[in-house]
Amino acid sequence: MTAKISFQGVGKTFSSRGRQLSALEDITFEVRRGEFLALVGPSGCGKSTLLDLLAGLSAPTTGEILVDGAPVTGPGLDRGVVFQQYALLPWRTAQANVEFGLEAKGVARRERADRARHFLDLVGLSGFGDRYPHELSGGMKQRVAIARSLAFDPDVLLMDEPFAALDAQTRDSLQDELLRIWERTNKTILFITHGIDEAVYLGQRVAVMTSRPGRIKKIIDIPLGSRTETEDLRSDPTFARYRHEIWTLLRDEVVKAQAQEHAADHWGTAGERRPRWHGLARSRPPRRGRRPGPAPTSDHQEAGVD
Amino acid sequence: MTSTAYSTRADTTTATVDSSPDESAPFAGDAGPFRRRRPVALVGAVAQRTAAIAALLAVWETFPRLNLVDPTFLPPLSQVIEAWWTLATTGQLAQHVEASLARSLSGFGLAILVAVPLGLLIGWYRPVATLLNPLLEVFRNTAALALLPVFVLILGLGETSKIAIILYGCAWPILLNTISGVRTVDPLLVKSARSLGLSPLRLFGKVVLPAAVPTIFTGIRLAGAYSILILIAAELVGAKAGLGYLITYAQFNFDVPDMYAGIITISAIGLVINQLLVLLEHRFSSWRTS
Ligand SMILES: Nc1ncnc2c1ncn2[C@@H]1O[C@H](COP(=O)(O)OP(=O)(O)OP(=O)(O)O)[C@@H](O)[C@H]1O
Ligand SMILES: [Mg+2]
Repeated sequence: MTAKISFQGVGKTFSSRGRQLSALEDITFEVRRGEFLALVGPSGCGKSTLLDLLAGLSAPTTGEILVDGAPVTGPGLDRGVVFQQYALLPWRTAQANVEFGLEAKGVARRERADRARHFLDLVGLSGFGDRYPHELSGGMKQRVAIARSLAFDPDVLLMDEPFAALDAQTRDSLQDELLRIWERTNKTILFITHGIDEAVYLGQRVAVMTSRPGRIKKIIDIPLGSRTETEDLRSDPTFARYRHEIWTLLRDEVVKAQAQEHAADHWGTAGERRPRWHGLARSRPPRRGRRPGPAPTSDHQEAGVD
Repeated sequence: MTSTAYSTRADTTTATVDSSPDESAPFAGDAGPFRRRRPVALVGAVAQRTAAIAALLAVWETFPRLNLVDPTFLPPLSQVIEAWWTLATTGQLAQHVEASLARSLSGFGLAILVAVPLGLLIGWYRPVATLLNPLLEVFRNTAALALLPVFVLILGLGETSKIAIILYGCAWPILLNTISGVRTVDPLLVKSARSLGLSPLRLFGKVVLPAAVPTIFTGIRLAGAYSILILIAAELVGAKAGLGYLITYAQFNFDVPDMYAGIITISAIGLVINQLLVLLEHRFSSWRTS
């Protein structure tokens, strides 16, 4: 298997108000061609920073990121980014938003309209092309954002907690749709999430990051086979086992992150005040048929965190 | 989050060229543009709005007649309307209105031409902002009318100084709103557009400018109101035509009904211009709902 994306000793240090803050340190890992890699880590560990670097929106302080063997030097249409807050242009219709990426790519006007329609169909929004973002639900907006990123046909899709703001039902159906699209289009996907369930459900592999400064703690293979062909995968005991493994890896990091935050609070330098690990509390219990055994129950989870 | 990002724009303006409350609060007093009302409620609202005006007009007509106020200084409304009609039919009014509108619209139009590009430049390019900020701070805190004598001194009593002072007064709300509009564009939109590899120029054209348009129009609407206010003051000195001239001239000759006719005309014009600009503003910011 060839590496589509390769991080080589990547570090990122921010200097804000005279202080140096090391967000990422010595990140070294690879994403294979056509792979769906989920990335989890405590809040503030540098996941979004890592994604920005890969998207070419900022430059690493140390190390190098390669896409197809060539170093990333800036943004490019070979990588499409999907943000949690959709980032749709509010003055453009859904259709025109999808066309936005195509304009950037220099696709001819006629073809733009056809392609945009095609991708709106693909994400289940046929007939919504003339709606403005404020006329769409959160789930629909995220579908538009996904359609926009798919439309200019990037090899790599970078997604930063794309479903975090959505309700459980919408999230479930978008997860399945994303998997279907991925299976059909062979894109390489790097998917950042706070949900352990989501990571195990979506990822062929799950990379777990340490608390700040973020490093890759471990990458876990999730050999669960095709998600879309398995009925109710989440209640599978193997699913629960992976879920527990990642949960354990994360718990230690969350504790560390909390200690860090407390120290920061104490010194009055708290950068961000956010729920420390909303993922643990938020991640859903298996939908049904939860089995007794070593698998963590959600009570167990919350008790462990708070 | 995405939606609230727009409602907080006034607060997020950078400290330096922070617009003054009056000029900047782009949302102040704006009823939701497309708030839907039921027909009955609409009639009710219209009745409510006109009630106060009707009362004022009634008082204006009756009080002088009952000698509750001196009719020499405030003639009854009917007399004023008569005077207005005479002015209108003799073509005098049209002549004054034309002179006034020509000044107002030239100053206003030139202000748009100057202030929008300048505001975009200052909002988008940090170095330009740093260079010009101190200057802007000094001048925007100087009332336009305080500078009127200076304009007259330098540019003379003719049209140039009048148009120039209107231009000057109108430029500020447009300039400050344009700067604020550019500065407060949702950073996520910029980031997302950058991730598509858009060049800075195209990024500006496709994201920053459209995002700033509603705020720019708020500035333009405010400037429209200013253009009338300043116009009258400018016409009080050294004009030979115009509504401001009509008002002062009538007052000087103790032609009190004519004076009020001029005042009524100017407020009617102000009202119409403002309504037109409000419509225009809504037309360009309909996406900024929710
Ligand atoms: N531009 C910046 N300047 C200074 N510090 C920054 C900047 N961007 C991020 N940071 C800091 O770097 C660290 C990592 O931030 P990042 O947003 O990547 O975390 P994250 O893992 O995405 O968090 P979350 O899960 O909450 O989204 C944080 O401590 C953050 O405060
Ligand atoms: Mg993040």
